[in-house]
Amino acid sequence: MNASDDSLKHASGPYFGQYGGRWMPESLMAAMDELNETFEAAKADPAFIEEVKELNRSYSGRPSLLTEAKRFSTEACGGVRVFLKREDLNHTGSHKINNVLGQALLAKRMGKTRIIAETGAGQHGVASATAAALMGLECVVYMGAEDTRRQALNVARMQLLGATVIPVTVGSQTLKDAINEALRDWVANVGTTHYLLGTAAGGAPFPAMVRYFHEVIGEEAREQIIAQAGRLPDAVTACIGGGSNAIGIFHGFLDDKEVELYGFEAGGDGVDTDRHAATITLGKPGVLHGAKSYLMQDDDGQTIESHSISAGLDYPGVGPEHAYLADIGRVHYEPVTDTEAMDAFKILCRTEGILPAIESAHALAGTIRLAARKIAEGAQPEETIIIANLSGRGDKDVSTAAQWFGMLDSEAAENTPEGN
Amino acid sequence: MSRVTSAEKIAAARAEGRPALIGYLPAGFPDVETSIEAAVALAENGVDVIEMGIPYSDPVMDGLVIQEATNHALANGFRVAQIFDIVRGITERTDAAVMVMTYWNPVLRLGVDEFARRFAEAGGAGLITPDLVPDEAAEWQAASEKYDLERVFLIAPSSTEARVKQTVAASSGFVYCVSLMGVTGARSEVSSAAQAVVDAAHAAGAANACVGLGVSRREHVTEIGGYADGVIVGTALVAALRDGGVPAVGRLAAELSGRA
Repeated sequence: MNASDDSLKHASGPYFGQYGGRWMPESLMAAMDELNETFEAAKADPAFIEEVKELNRSYSGRPSLLTEAKRFSTEACGGVRVFLKREDLNHTGSHKINNVLGQALLAKRMGKTRIIAETGAGQHGVASATAAALMGLECVVYMGAEDTRRQALNVARMQLLGATVIPVTVGSQTLKDAINEALRDWVANVGTTHYLLGTAAGGAPFPAMVRYFHEVIGEEAREQIIAQAGRLPDAVTACIGGGSNAIGIFHGFLDDKEVELYGFEAGGDGVDTDRHAATITLGKPGVLHGAKSYLMQDDDGQTIESHSISAGLDYPGVGPEHAYLADIGRVHYEPVTDTEAMDAFKILCRTEGILPAIESAHALAGTIRLAARKIAEGAQPEETIIIANLSGRGDKDVSTAAQWFGMLDSEAAENTPEGN
Repeated sequence: MSRVTSAEKIAAARAEGRPALIGYLPAGFPDVETSIEAAVALAENGVDVIEMGIPYSDPVMDGLVIQEATNHALANGFRVAQIFDIVRGITERTDAAVMVMTYWNPVLRLGVDEFARRFAEAGGAGLITPDLVPDEAAEWQAASEKYDLERVFLIAPSSTEARVKQTVAASSGFVYCVSLMGVTGARSEVSSAAQAVVDAAHAAGAANACVGLGVSRREHVTEIGGYADGVIVGTALVAALRDGGVPAVGRLAAELSGRA
């Protein structure tokens, strides 16, 4: 953090307030140091910065659009103006590509020939497999066995891209266990292998590094809203699991104190049940996967299994910078239930012709709630602007959504109120 | 209540011209009572230092055998506070030094000071901390000094000279030398990297450098004893307990210690 002023931008870690650090095995310390040195050198190297920019432009398709969702505003947000940051339009269909291209370049700089990654929904796994194919690296993706079933199409995508997908059958068989297995692989193969962590969590330098590669989201969004609406937004919303898309878009606005920032966690069946992933809302500080942060844990410090309809948000931890931003009150974090998210999912499909990732639908549901709150507080809807980060597209979620809405078999459709 | 330290037991073994034998078992596996009996069987068959592991939901340094055992203990309802009863149960019946191997979050959750106090009251010697490095250990440093507990940190083949120095300086009792880059699990041969790790620890001033990971047989103990101060066996003992119960643990310990 810059001590000379009160800017919250570009916080370098390793600590964010009391959070962050490196709570991990000694066996990995040398690799973490090497990664940190490589990252710091790359950030200071104009050739590296240009290489990232060029890949973003000519490969990912950046800048991503900022689309005003007018029918969504009218139908669901009482006329509050909603702009969508279209990370769904990036190559591979989500924001994840920003981080994997950057880290894959760093892996090559370190002379590593193999990357490993964890994935929940499959977005980060697909992005990692893509970057590996592009740069000629071997790629192994660890994915909870339950998630390989929920996201079978993405497993095939990764395999088509040349990656090996290893279903993880230990523990709860979801994202956290995929990270555990990836860490075990990394400990054994650290000489040749870079662990391409997909979220802004983990030991230092991962949280600050992953954020660095996603800062482009917020930088673009800030310029675009000023160009398109003539001013900064009143609020920015994002979904949050580990928190990479959220920290990427928030970063652009951290020092704009008049812009409210909202992170929407996966509320699952509801935070009054034990089936959710609302880490900041209900978790307590602890250490998991290398960082101190909020954590869903029991009185013994055992990690509690999280639940969400969204595989990408189904994680019992959260990035340490978010924990800090929550504590100081700069960002507000609230849970959104599966039902709220799926309602918003459907509304966006029907009003804008955009099929969002279920992860991103949590941000949309939060946006709907926030708009109603603003109006109730007396805001003029047409003079109120919210940017929602549409972090990914929902093609991967078609089967989950069809099941949710009872579209898959006639009996289910008849028995489900939302069914067609 | 006995408060035997690992340093004392390693020194005693050295006086007998042999490496200390350190045996790992998961606390609460297959249940609390049996895990105490198995630990006592270790001590009765030549194990100098007993290392009881606290079952944890996310054991990233453990291979499948230990993962399955600790998951079993958790599924059976193991609670972290039971570790104090287990440690007390072992120290009351043996003169082995009793260490606890624990991932750090369960300690943090209970409170580092409270954990240290209750552990010391139970007769425990110190903690082995596989995912806590000295860089993050200020609170543990203070609590371990307050309650006179040993701090066993790990060094690995990948550790730089500077990190070995830092880790040795922060450790007490012994330094845990990870023999290879990987997770726990029995291997047929001892890693060729092990001796270099031990040499680095000694060069950095470690009085006691003990080797763990992949050690499962009497010939490994003999081989490692040629250059290290102690030998740590885990997975092989856990598998013995799983497959043959307490008697099998006793037999394997006797074999490892050269008594059988």
